[in-house]
Amino acid sequence: MIEIRDLTKRYGSFTALDHLNLSLEEGVVFGFVGANGAGKSTTFSILATLLSPTSGDAFINGKSVIKEPKELRKLIGYMPDFFGVYDQLKVDEYLDFYGASYGIGAAERKVLIPQLLELVNLTNKRYDYVDLLSRGMKQRLCLARALIHDPKVLILDEPASGLDPRARVEMRDILRNLKSMGKTILISSHILPELAEMCDEIGVIDNGKLIAHGNVASIQAQLQGEKRIVVKVTDCLNEVRAFLEEDPLISSIDVIENRLEIAFNYRGTDADQVALLKKAILANLPIYALSEEEKDLEDVFMAITKGADNQ
Amino acid sequence: MMERFYNPVFVKELKLRFRSFKSFSGLMFYLAVICIFIAGFLLITTGFTGKGFFKPETSFMMFAVLTILQMALVLFITPSLTAGAISSEREKQTLNILLTTTQSSTQIIVGKLLSSVAFLVLMLIAGLPLYSLVFLFGGVSPSQLISIFLFYLLTVVAIGSIGVMFSTITKRTIVAMISTYGSIIFLGGITAFFFFLTVAFHQMGNTALGTTTSYMAYFWASINPGALMLTLTSSSMGDALAQVSGVELPVWISYLIVYSLIIVFCLTIAIKKLRANMKSNR
Repeated sequence: MIEIRDLTKRYGSFTALDHLNLSLEEGVVFGFVGANGAGKSTTFSILATLLSPTSGDAFINGKSVIKEPKELRKLIGYMPDFFGVYDQLKVDEYLDFYGASYGIGAAERKVLIPQLLELVNLTNKRYDYVDLLSRGMKQRLCLARALIHDPKVLILDEPASGLDPRARVEMRDILRNLKSMGKTILISSHILPELAEMCDEIGVIDNGKLIAHGNVASIQAQLQGEKRIVVKVTDCLNEVRAFLEEDPLISSIDVIENRLEIAFNYRGTDADQVALLKKAILANLPIYALSEEEKDLEDVFMAITKGADNQ
Repeated sequence: MMERFYNPVFVKELKLRFRSFKSFSGLMFYLAVICIFIAGFLLITTGFTGKGFFKPETSFMMFAVLTILQMALVLFITPSLTAGAISSEREKQTLNILLTTTQSSTQIIVGKLLSSVAFLVLMLIAGLPLYSLVFLFGGVSPSQLISIFLFYLLTVVAIGSIGVMFSTITKRTIVAMISTYGSIIFLGGITAFFFFLTVAFHQMGNTALGTTTSYMAYFWASINPGALMLTLTSSSMGDALAQVSGVELPVWISYLIVYSLIIVFCLTIAIKKLRANMKSNR
């Protein structure tokens, strides 16, 4: 569905995108993760036909962003990170204008607009002026606008940026709905946990290079292979600590005295972990729980980008 | 059939324009200036003669001055309506969204220009009843009035195209506006200065008027809206210019050619530069 080949964008001596390659199947929700200035918005701008790449090309449904921008625009719905609205247009006029801009007939627009407003929960705002809507409502309206021509691909640059928690939840629900409708969605966000639960695939971009791509679990596996394990004890913290220090597969031991917990990095396999647990029981240590610490996307991102910086 | 000619940008711009107080106040200002001028002119002329009647020659004079005044007003108002066409969209962060729709650059630019021109045409039409006062007193033919209005329209489209071009190639509306006013000062003022300068130089080299041809003097006069209006209102002005420059070709023909070229040039640049970040401007 989406094919990005050796996409490079340079601004003078600054390289915003460096030979980016990416391939996405239809119906996938792809989360683009990266620090500010990493190249997310540049990639999205190229895909939205707003920017020409210095070299390379990108294709959506086989249409090139360079050679067939007009045909490609029919396939995409784009929502930029920052956008404005027309001061003196009403909500339905706003959607009507964009519907007409995509060549949708007047009769069809009349049917479409109420449906879209219902999808983004703005039915009761249909005759309100756009500039009087709240930030969250404007974001939802912009999403409805991006959907007016029923695009196959949605490119959403920081759609939850600047929204309060309630508006963020509403936006997430709408995106889930769109996912169930089979849309291919490209979404960037600096609020990483949000992406983790919504996305099928995640790409981590740093300094214009795609440094990791896959589902959240596979990206986590790309980390050094160390697990962070937490054991909970009833007492004897020092004894347990001494026991753990003897194991060569264990490092970075942290004792959390007030919670009677010890956290450590473990390089061993699952079988090694079973052996460690058996050994602890045989040594009569008062361990009542052992669990692997969940790494969220933020940890993954920090670890990967740190690794990339060190290279 | 109607759908084929439907330009969404044109319709949207018209809606926004007619809803803004700025447009209403602009129209009011325009009509007020013409009203004040006509009322003042009538009062002064009848007061001076002391007879309370109005001669056809005076009516013609009012027509000529009104024509120049209206042209000046149109030149003054057009940049404010067109110089923000694209740059204001950029400033309001609505341009990127507009550029991702399937509308072509030509559709967007033409829609923007036509909406501004439509408003200016409305202004001219709104002023027509006042303008038509000259018919009450005679001295002016309807065909003269029609030709003047057609040249108003040409000038509005040309200045509008300059405004839209600057609005597309500059990032800020204020810069586009200054550049457009600069172009107007050139077309309306500097060309007149150059005309007189060229005529003076030409006369220094020739003792008798009309013995040689000064294409330069003719050129400066032919692109000056004021000169065009004078030659359109009074044929003696056209004869005088032909005598000074030695060129017999009526000014309106050169004006039509030059201003049509300005329109084509400016719109081409605007269309090409609208999607400046893309190699293709489709």
